[in-house]
Amino acid sequence: MTDTSQETMPKRRRFLDKHALLEKNAMLLLVFSFLVVTVGGIVQIAPLFYLENTIEKVEGMRPYSPLELTGREIYIREGCYVCHSQMIRPMRDEVERYGHYSLAAESMYDHPFQWGSKRTGPDMARVGGRYSDAWHVDHLKDPQSVVPESIMPKYAFLADRLIKPEHIEDLLSAHRMVGVPYTDEMIEQAAADFTAQADPDSDYDGLLERYPGAQVRNFDDAGGISEMDAMIAYLQMLGTLVDFSTFTPDASR
Amino acid sequence: MSDNQTERRVDDETGIETTGHTWDGIEELNNPLPRWWLWTFYACIVWGIGYCIAYPAWPLVKGATEGLLGYSTRGEVAADIEMFKTRNAELSTQLASADLETLSANDALQRYAVSGGAAVFRTHCSQCHGSGAAGAKGYPNLLDDDWLWGGSVNEIAYSVRHGIRNEQDSDAHWSEMPAFGEILEEAEIETAVQYVLKISGADHDAGLAAQGAVVFEEQCSSCHGEDGKGMIDQGAPNLADAIWLYGGDAETLRETITYSRFGVMPAWGLRLTDTDVNAVSAYVHQLGGGQ
Repeated sequence: MTDTSQETMPKRRRFLDKHALLEKNAMLLLVFSFLVVTVGGIVQIAPLFYLENTIEKVEGMRPYSPLELTGREIYIREGCYVCHSQMIRPMRDEVERYGHYSLAAESMYDHPFQWGSKRTGPDMARVGGRYSDAWHVDHLKDPQSVVPESIMPKYAFLADRLIKPEHIEDLLSAHRMVGVPYTDEMIEQAAADFTAQADPDSDYDGLLERYPGAQVRNFDDAGGISEMDAMIAYLQMLGTLVDFSTFTPDASR
Repeated sequence: MSDNQTERRVDDETGIETTGHTWDGIEELNNPLPRWWLWTFYACIVWGIGYCIAYPAWPLVKGATEGLLGYSTRGEVAADIEMFKTRNAELSTQLASADLETLSANDALQRYAVSGGAAVFRTHCSQCHGSGAAGAKGYPNLLDDDWLWGGSVNEIAYSVRHGIRNEQDSDAHWSEMPAFGEILEEAEIETAVQYVLKISGADHDAGLAAQGAVVFEEQCSSCHGEDGKGMIDQGAPNLADAIWLYGGDAETLRETITYSRFGVMPAWGLRLTDTDVNAVSAYVHQLGGGQ
């Protein structure tokens, strides 16, 4: 390889040498880098939208009710996701502790999703129905009163902050914009549904029709609708929509 | 091609070819990659190709390639769970249908139940009843011999399986203390508070307590018993001892009588298998308070 002057170099070699062109032209480098990344994106992401075995339809999923969605907003506002994931991984120990592993469809109305790979506290994906409402009130107000070894901060203020469904239509509309199938009727009735869910004496038939399986209770056992009500309404429905006694997982997924 | 390009040549000092790049007269030697690195790189490529053949990999039109090994994450976790199920199958089946009253006669099964039950307890029960089962305010202590709904192993199993005052299971234990704030005058409630303090052996106002005895007889005794010792059928606690679920001081008693209490326990039969329910019942029963 002593004689390597450009004239005698094979053609293939001279093509590869053109990389100097890219290295000396910032804009060209940007364009070509983008093209390379695009190829990676198309190969990795695009198939997820059309491959049948990545889109699993699951019976029972419905959009969050207005009160649950409000609770979810509070959950995100308070940064609960920093310590709690909502994703039970398909591993024996997780399934034994938390219940059936999470399905992709169970997060289909989550914007943003609450998956995670880091847990300081336990997973929340199937916390619904696992504890009583009173336990959630006690635990959110002062976690150490029921779990002395817990390092969770106190969220007692949730009980004192009364909320009104002022912007609930906007909240539902925003979620509709990103793909949650809220109907016009759901948005119209949002404020009424919000109030009805926290009041067992109300007329909540319409709510149950729009959001099958919604739980109607005075969640914090105190007057008015507080952030505590919304939060517990959300926590108590997590992971309860899919009936796993009738669901058969397709092993190929 | 450029200003920084010179003829490639062999460097005199080292005997290694240059790349032809030069900066301010400094030339670059074209040292080859270390052999071990290069071969590791080739090995990775070969391994990658093999992986794509053996495991699910490439997206096609309808689905991804399945791979020769037929691996799936769901299949693996199902097989994993099945393996342990099979290993414990004999004891699990026995325990699921065992007579809990006579369980302690079968040493192997009792040991299996208690150690399995301890794991179930830590996972599902400790959040309310405490990791040591000593309970917390509003969540009963399971170590003592004071039982709201009965402390025999079968009664414990019933409470675990169906829960207490929940809406998930129609067989759940159910009773509801009225909020006496809506029934009695404040002064009457105060006399009842003093009477309850008296029968539980605490400091009290004897005069008010004597009046309270009448109120207690009329309003409370149908559930808590004439002697205030409670009634298991109603889940009505014994008020004539020093054990309190929410607190036995005058202020807490006033709150309890005025607004009542409504302790809820989920129906664990809906989440746990019969084996797990029996195991955790046997575990709780042998903690010390079991009857």
